[in-house]
Amino acid sequence: MLSRDIVIIGAGPAGLAASIEAGKAGADVLVADLNMKPGGQLFKQIHKFFGSSEHHSGTRGTDIGIRLLKEAENAGVEIWLRSAVIGIFPGNKVAIRKDLGDGKTELITLLAKKIIMATGASENVVRFKGWTSPGVMGAGAAQTMVNVNHVKPGKKIVMVGSGNVGLIVSYQLMQAGCEVVAVVEAAPGIGGYAVHAAKICRAGVPIYTKHTVVEAVTDEDGCVKEVVIAEVDGKFNPVAGTEKRLEADTVTIAAGLKPVVELPRLLNCDFSYHGLFGGWIPLHNKNMETSVAGIYVAGDSTGVEEANTALEEGRIAGIAAAESLGLIPADRADARKKEIWGRLESLRMGPFGEKRLKGKEAILKEYKERIGLPSVR
Amino acid sequence: MNMRMENHVVIDLKRDAAIVEISVDGQKVKACEGEPILAALLASGIKINRYTMKKHEPRGLFCGIGQCTDCAMIVNGQPNVRTCITPVQAGMVIQTQDGLTKGG
Repeated sequence: MLSRDIVIIGAGPAGLAASIEAGKAGADVLVADLNMKPGGQLFKQIHKFFGSSEHHSGTRGTDIGIRLLKEAENAGVEIWLRSAVIGIFPGNKVAIRKDLGDGKTELITLLAKKIIMATGASENVVRFKGWTSPGVMGAGAAQTMVNVNHVKPGKKIVMVGSGNVGLIVSYQLMQAGCEVVAVVEAAPGIGGYAVHAAKICRAGVPIYTKHTVVEAVTDEDGCVKEVVIAEVDGKFNPVAGTEKRLEADTVTIAAGLKPVVELPRLLNCDFSYHGLFGGWIPLHNKNMETSVAGIYVAGDSTGVEEANTALEEGRIAGIAAAESLGLIPADRADARKKEIWGRLESLRMGPFGEKRLKGKEAILKEYKERIGLPSVR
Repeated sequence: MNMRMENHVVIDLKRDAAIVEISVDGQKVKACEGEPILAALLASGIKINRYTMKKHEPRGLFCGIGQCTDCAMIVNGQPNVRTCITPVQAGMVIQTQDGLTKGG
């Protein structure tokens, strides 16, 4: 059976960062990813990042992606693209449907000494009449279409959700040449940063707070042609008689994300529910190791945050996995991990970050109390 | 209909990919080689990728990153291909999928 020191699932910021650290330490690393290109969702983030210089402030997500790919290449990391991990079994066996080009695939089962799962997140939906119709999509889907594929998903767009994703993607859809008809927000206030909301308002786009989408009305082909919105009461139910009809061919939904956790579920990793991080997440310790020995998690798949925290968690997982293979001496690994945990702490500051810092501390504590040490399964 | 972006303040839209022809339900469609099939179709105004098995409802782009399968189509005779993560090749034969397979 084919074998590797470390198999990493997902070539987004967490997976790539893990691969770079492990590769630099001399590990034989394979990264498998479903998508056509590596980088996860970084390449659709054409905006400049906030934060400190060590966290790429002022750098666009796309440029961070290019830098990571170069580093991974230099570290000798092997990446299989368009190759889905379709199974994971006790004894660290990973089944990959490897792409051979021209529509051909080969099923390969690999033995991995260590596995790092960095499978990211998926978008939440909001259900209303017509929500499955062509023209209704995730805000991230629309963002991929304009920023990566350079194709407009529609002409007139209603954005549902005014968190940072809703606001930033609204602006990027306008930059792409789409008309954003309205941003609709069920809460009484705008969810995201004022700096993003101000850009939307300056462009003349109305932000309807305390409103929801009631229906996406479709044409004879079943595609969206009109969107009905209405005010909501204190229990988020639409108030009759307050409907507004907006001409639009697209509804984009920015209602948060949830961790993608099928693989740790297959391995029976211990889970915990954390609404703040998007739902059920595999518990991990300070090495990013799950309750199953030799199985690590990093990034959004263990709690939805952002690209920089995913990067740092990936680095920790990569270092810890390489350390456990004897490729990095314990004292040096400890110093590096401590330094990165310090940087994570500085990322989890401010009014939004503080809650996440406390939440992550609670996860580590829960791991200690419920699991203690990872067990071999 | 052309839904391709024309100019952008941040993104360099210079397209160096070869323009190729693919067939979509028998119609000739121009596409950029290597772009996702789904993007090529949207660029030409095609929004419906498949119809559901029981109710025959249309489906189109929903997640755009290979997670949801709403954009599955029949590509070169093979059904259930996620067009958002499958690159265009010259001469591809694409069909709108009805149910699990054509006519299914």
